[in-house]
Amino acid sequence: MVIGERKPFDEIMKMLEGVKKIAVLGCGGCVTVCLTGGQDEVRVLSSQLRMARDKEGNPIEIIEKTLERQCDPEYVELAEGMASDVEVILSMACGAGVQFMAERYKDVPIYPALNTTFVGGSKKEGYYVERCQTCGECKLYFTGGICPIARCSKSLLNGPCGGSTKGKCEIDPEVDCAWQLILDRLKSLNQMDRYTDIMPINDWRTNRDGGPRKMIREDFQR
Amino acid sequence: MPEFEPIVVAFCCHYCAYGAADLAGSMRLEYPTNIRIIRLPCTGKVTPIFLLRAFEKGADGVYVAGCLEGDCHFIQGNLVAKPRVNYTKKLIQEVGLEPERLEMFNMSAAMGPRFAEVAREFVERIKQLGPSPLNKKFHIQSDAA
Amino acid sequence: MSDEFKSGSNLERVLKSGTFAVTGECGPPRGADAEVIRTKCKLLKDKADAFNITDNQTSVVRMSSISSAVIMIQEGMEPVMQMVCRDRNRIAIQSDILGGAALGVKNMLCLSGDHQRFGDHPQAKNVFDLDSIQLINTVKIMRDEGKFLSGEEIKGAPKLFIGAAANPFADPFEIRAPRLGKKVAAGVDFVQTQCIFNLKKFEDWMKQVVDMGLHEKVYILGGVTPFKSFGMARYMANNVPGMDVPDELLQRMKSTPKEKQAEEGITIAVETIKRLQEIKGIAGVHIMAIEWEEKVGEIAEKAGLLPRPTL
Repeated sequence: MVIGERKPFDEIMKMLEGVKKIAVLGCGGCVTVCLTGGQDEVRVLSSQLRMARDKEGNPIEIIEKTLERQCDPEYVELAEGMASDVEVILSMACGAGVQFMAERYKDVPIYPALNTTFVGGSKKEGYYVERCQTCGECKLYFTGGICPIARCSKSLLNGPCGGSTKGKCEIDPEVDCAWQLILDRLKSLNQMDRYTDIMPINDWRTNRDGGPRKMIREDFQR
Repeated sequence: MPEFEPIVVAFCCHYCAYGAADLAGSMRLEYPTNIRIIRLPCTGKVTPIFLLRAFEKGADGVYVAGCLEGDCHFIQGNLVAKPRVNYTKKLIQEVGLEPERLEMFNMSAAMGPRFAEVAREFVERIKQLGPSPLNKKFHIQSDAA
Repeated sequence: MSDEFKSGSNLERVLKSGTFAVTGECGPPRGADAEVIRTKCKLLKDKADAFNITDNQTSVVRMSSISSAVIMIQEGMEPVMQMVCRDRNRIAIQSDILGGAALGVKNMLCLSGDHQRFGDHPQAKNVFDLDSIQLINTVKIMRDEGKFLSGEEIKGAPKLFIGAAANPFADPFEIRAPRLGKKVAAGVDFVQTQCIFNLKKFEDWMKQVVDMGLHEKVYILGGVTPFKSFGMARYMANNVPGMDVPDELLQRMKSTPKEKQAEEGITIAVETIKRLQEIKGIAGVHIMAIEWEEKVGEIAEKAGLLPRPTL
């Protein structure tokens, strides 16, 4: 799922300076799962904003709403009534959701309440870790299911580097050395030959380096 | 100008804190009338929004009272509540309220005197902090005086 | 190892002749003053067969390796240009390889590079278009096939003697010899190891390397760094990833009176070199006297390695 973190409160307050009526719009997708932008978080942020503005003597009116997702036109459509009613929509969706909303509602500023950070999953509830860099050419076959691009700080394809210490990355003792993990796994899967073969230079065109990407299902085009 | 009498909301779990409150009552122990008790089945039911709403509606102080750690009637409810209360302290700090306005306490149903003591001490703490900037009643009163 | 020279560099000639080779290291300045390099060159001249010029080491911005290498050439010495994968993509890398070779550089060391988090610009974008093994292979393709990575012909192939680093002291230990094997398969000509303090571990690694027959495919130079003080020894033991400093050495430095510590550090370095000369598969030594370049000559002399041969 896509993981994000709520922006610092002061930053959000600054975005709303001079604005009197807003909607705080949550998303029922990834950000609900990672406890950052779902209905609960909409209520918490709205309460905080009302309190902070009351304290200033400059109250703000907030409509609280959560959509199933903000990255699908059929759901984005459902915000129409509310969109014409407010000065600003503060979206708690990931960057993708904010942009789809902005594209659809051209007359209302859509502001991001989150900093979208990475693609990953839960180690356990409330603890999310990065796993995928969306490079567009998955190498997990060669590396025992552990991604060298996302999890190695240098994205080495023929690691480990000389900074690997006791299974941890040189940049941070809490970050696992991806190549240590890969080697351990390849060993247990009896696939060490996949290490000895040199992994060729990556074609970064499938990554964001090649420009913004798209994916099309031909059978769904009418 | 009337003296500041804080409004304190206490979220109490049915099995321990509320029981202690009952006992304090039967023992005729005195504790401040500022406390408004809200009874929950377990402090595990508390999520940040409960506590934020209390402050939003003008509470000067809020506390959560549950069973002693290790003795929660629902096994882990009070353990789940604790980090939520700590997190909410940060949330109210972001808004500009002092984190000391929010607290969590643990007690058993047999601890009537402790319930009264917590109530007294917390109300005193809030008196020192002064009214919450969101306490409209007090601010309206003081304007009228 | 074939009969023809790959680059004809002095380092290559010395190694091929079977003489125990010596390389030194020179750190470029944090400014545009060429005099700093010239001064260092004067201290180092004739003390080694070639001198590494670091490339934004520890991700701290310094005068580039390629330009410092050219200044060194002007001073009549032979540089080993270093290139890390952290800062350049393959276009810039191939371009700088051509540029370095055109300006007279004959040796190149291919490294991954320290993560930018350690340096003075941690906000920088992480490039790592290639890794060190792919970089080695790139130089080999350019030199021996006369082609760019795109497959197109190079008009004037760069003749570079390809080097890399090896760190027997990083984890996991079991993979360090196989990793050298990968670098050999990629086309490396010589490697310099991380500085050796734990001789026992180093010897274990060399045994694995010799068992794999790698010592016959690549020239291995053992890295040696003299301690300036106990403080430096302790810092290296605790704060540098991939560094292994045994307690006995720390104790030895600690129990030496402060004014004698530098001398002791040099003594240890010379002892290490003497040990290296006896290990099977070692072709030379790489002396890294970090910000202490004036001592390289003294160490080489005390280890009986001067004067350097002129071939």
